[in-house]
Amino acid sequence: MQSMLHITTLHYLVLGAALFLLGVIGVLTRRNVVIVLMSIELILNAVNLNLVAFSRLWGSLHGQVFAIFIITDAAAEAAVGLGILIAFFRNKETVNIDEVNLLKW
Amino acid sequence: MLIGGILVITRKNPVHSALALIVTLLAQASIYLMLYAPFVAGVQIILYAGGIMVLFLFVIMLVSIDRSIRERQFNSQWVAGVIAATALGGLFIAVFAKGSSLFPDHALPVVENDNTQNIATLLYGQYMFAFEIASLLLLVAIIGAVVMAKKKI
Repeated sequence: MQSMLHITTLHYLVLGAALFLLGVIGVLTRRNVVIVLMSIELILNAVNLNLVAFSRLWGSLHGQVFAIFIITDAAAEAAVGLGILIAFFRNKETVNIDEVNLLKW
Repeated sequence: MLIGGILVITRKNPVHSALALIVTLLAQASIYLMLYAPFVAGVQIILYAGGIMVLFLFVIMLVSIDRSIRERQFNSQWVAGVIAATALGGLFIAVFAKGSSLFPDHALPVVENDNTQNIATLLYGQYMFAFEIASLLLLVAIIGAVVMAKKKI
């Protein structure tokens, strides 16, 4: 371990932050709803990475348990989001989010 | 892993995005293994790369992608996107520069040979209530998805 390059917790945090930023850019700029949902998965994964990195740092398993709960939430969110997407596609024949403007005044 | 993430948000075809996302998730599972978290890595591979990505690919097949490929891929919010990304990135850099001295430099040495067993003890002991709530959430999500995807309610 010491003879290696010595990866510290900060490296994992920077990686998680970069992944989070990619997800945010994807959510804000893409038009396809499927890719927006994938970007949300990227954000959740960045949070998971931070949780597991801190769990390793402090030597406690609570972070990993919380990461498992977040994975559960991601599964539920993906199922509901894709269900909404199918219902929407059946109504309007499109998957672009800027054409979802029913609530726009 | 970052290359996979960049590919996810730049590809035109959603199927290519999904495959890049699978690469990202597998890379993240290997990082979990580096962090001595084999159970989370296994859950990541089975649930994310196996389950959720199959769900994504099914939905991509259901909605027709022939027309949406030829359309404009990015909406007109790219100014807001760039501003939000720079602000968030600056915030992260500031926090990391200031806060890196808050936690110890090197991790505690761990001998992880019963990782899965310890996680199970926590999950069914201290986090029993949250575990039940999570199962209830999954049930609600399944029912909601089925109801919304039905043709006629």
